[in-house]
Amino acid sequence: MDTMLDIKDLHAKVEGREILRGISLQVNAGEVHAIMGPNGSGKSTLAQVLAGRDGYDVTGEVLYEGNNLLAMSPEDRAVAGVFLAFQYPIEIPGVGNLYFLRTALNAVRKQRGLEDLDAMDFLALAKERMKLVEMDPSFMTRSVNEGFSGGEKKRNEIFQMAILEPKLAILDETDSGLDIDALRVVAAGVNALRSKDRAMLVITHYQRLLDYIVPDHVHVIASGRIVKSGTKDLALELEKHGYTELEQQLPARPSPALGGAL
Amino acid sequence: MRSTANAFLEGLWHFDVKRNGHHPGWLKGLRRSAFQWVGEHGFPTAKDDAWKYTRVAPILAVPFEPAELAMSRRLSTGAIEKLAGDLGGARLVVVNGYFAPELSSLKRLPAGVKVMSLATALALAEDEELFAPFLARPFREQPHAFTALSAALAEDGALVRIPADTTIEEPIHVVFVSDTGASPLVSHPRSLVLAGPGSRATIVESYVGIQGDVYLTNAVTNIVLDEGAVVEHYKLQNETETAFHISLLDVRQGRGSRFSSHSLALGASAARHEVRVKLEAEGAEVILNGLYMPKNEQHLDNPTTIEHAAPHCTSRELYKGIVDGHGRGSFDGRVIVRPGAFKTDASQINKNLLLSESAQIDTRPRLEIFADDVKCTHGAAVGQLDEDAVFYLRSRGVPHGAARDLLTYAFASEMLGLLGVEALRSRVERIVAGRLGGAEVAA
Repeated sequence: MDTMLDIKDLHAKVEGREILRGISLQVNAGEVHAIMGPNGSGKSTLAQVLAGRDGYDVTGEVLYEGNNLLAMSPEDRAVAGVFLAFQYPIEIPGVGNLYFLRTALNAVRKQRGLEDLDAMDFLALAKERMKLVEMDPSFMTRSVNEGFSGGEKKRNEIFQMAILEPKLAILDETDSGLDIDALRVVAAGVNALRSKDRAMLVITHYQRLLDYIVPDHVHVIASGRIVKSGTKDLALELEKHGYTELEQQLPARPSPALGGAL
Repeated sequence: MRSTANAFLEGLWHFDVKRNGHHPGWLKGLRRSAFQWVGEHGFPTAKDDAWKYTRVAPILAVPFEPAELAMSRRLSTGAIEKLAGDLGGARLVVVNGYFAPELSSLKRLPAGVKVMSLATALALAEDEELFAPFLARPFREQPHAFTALSAALAEDGALVRIPADTTIEEPIHVVFVSDTGASPLVSHPRSLVLAGPGSRATIVESYVGIQGDVYLTNAVTNIVLDEGAVVEHYKLQNETETAFHISLLDVRQGRGSRFSSHSLALGASAARHEVRVKLEAEGAEVILNGLYMPKNEQHLDNPTTIEHAAPHCTSRELYKGIVDGHGRGSFDGRVIVRPGAFKTDASQINKNLLLSESAQIDTRPRLEIFADDVKCTHGAAVGQLDEDAVFYLRSRGVPHGAARDLLTYAFASEMLGLLGVEALRSRVERIVAGRLGGAEVAA
């Protein structure tokens, strides 16, 4: 299998505080990796750094399809196939959801050597993909995320992913703020997008999401390091014992080498 | 400054003498005293509180000559439509301050409605009592050099008179074009809108010029709304970036009348668009909206005064500024609540977006409340683009510059959405989008 994402000893500091302290992880095409960890462990920072958010002092190496991901701008990462489903999607009053997404899709298509989709073709595609997350078509005419409920925003993220068809999707706490019905819908949308060419990093605090999106690998992150890796059973173990035990082990297990369990 | 001002006035003096004979007797006195006033008082400086943000010196440094009739030769109807659009209704064109009948199209107006050259109306002279107070008022009540020059030197402009209970569906488009050629010209277009009781109309003023021309437009418009009249007013200031623009919109509202003004300040090297509204009788409502977008070296000022002079009146004011490059913008919003104007309901909001390190904005809300039992709110904000939103767009593949343009357009779009004349709205949307790096940002 091809290695899609190769993270080597990744460190990230913000305002002098080290949040990521040596993450190493390999993700192959077709795999779903869950990243679990308590609040403040660095899960979301990892997602932000991979998507290219500035404001972090980053060292280490990240190869995406063999290219230096850290040297790429956020938009270059996006058109190369990296997608981040935000934990807190941003509301953008005045920018129509449909228009925004068509602009994004055409940027991605340009990179792939495809022609722009015109408004009519895009609308047809959007209608089809909305069904995946059972989104009401009225959301298309509204401003990006403006006035959307928490659940609607999360659906909109997965809907965007369905339109943009990324190669590497990073889902940052997509389950947070969802009730069980919405969770089921969003997870079904994600599952429909699983494919042998697409890798996913599913970041979550709770095991619950992984009942619906079953991962190939589970990694536990604590204090900016991966402290344990395993199969989906690791998530169930965590559900039983919580993170406390792992965090207590931390000083004795500083090695980031556990990513090698892959 | 003083000597520059004198030189500036000297250039205009011979014109005053030359033209004064053409005007009705009652007007001559006003013209003469107004010109004398400027000679005695000179031009406002930064020390004049109302002119704190406007720099007059660059205007006085230009050797402007008065525009004369037939100095323009280049314009065709097609050129006018290219410069100012076709809004579908009646169009009155004023070139260099003079009515241009051959470019105007005063069609499809309901019976009794007058849309005509103000000079022609004055020459007919039958309505002296009607016009005289309005023409004198901006100068008499709050004189400054530019209202005085307007009173002294204005030659023509638009007169719109709508009889009682008459509705004009289509917008009346008054286009002020400057077409000056090589020598810098000044014109003083003067307009008057009289909306009779229960009448309804939409007035659009467009100010445009020919690329590269240097000129000064010194415009004054009076609008008077009688009881129950409803007037929507739009002003698109899209002068060339080598021009100067000084203007005053003076509005008086009668009982239960409703007025809305949309000011779009896009062009000119330096421009000041002042709006004064007096709510003179109970139950009048006014909405003042504004969008100003200085960039490069542009300087765009927006002083407004809303005077609540009667009880139970409502005012709503929303001005937004987008400042880029070395641009400079100002909003100076005065709201006065006179004694006895109880149950006044006034709100004022000014929001500004600074797009560059060297962009500058001055915002000054001024509430002067002399009555009890009133509700007055105001808010001013100056900010930059939301970096989280920029990142969100970039993370979806939108390039950095386009993401910034898209968000800037979104900030403006609230104001664009308020433009009720569709042909004008789509025109302004195109202009605004074009100014934002030419990116296709309009959804």
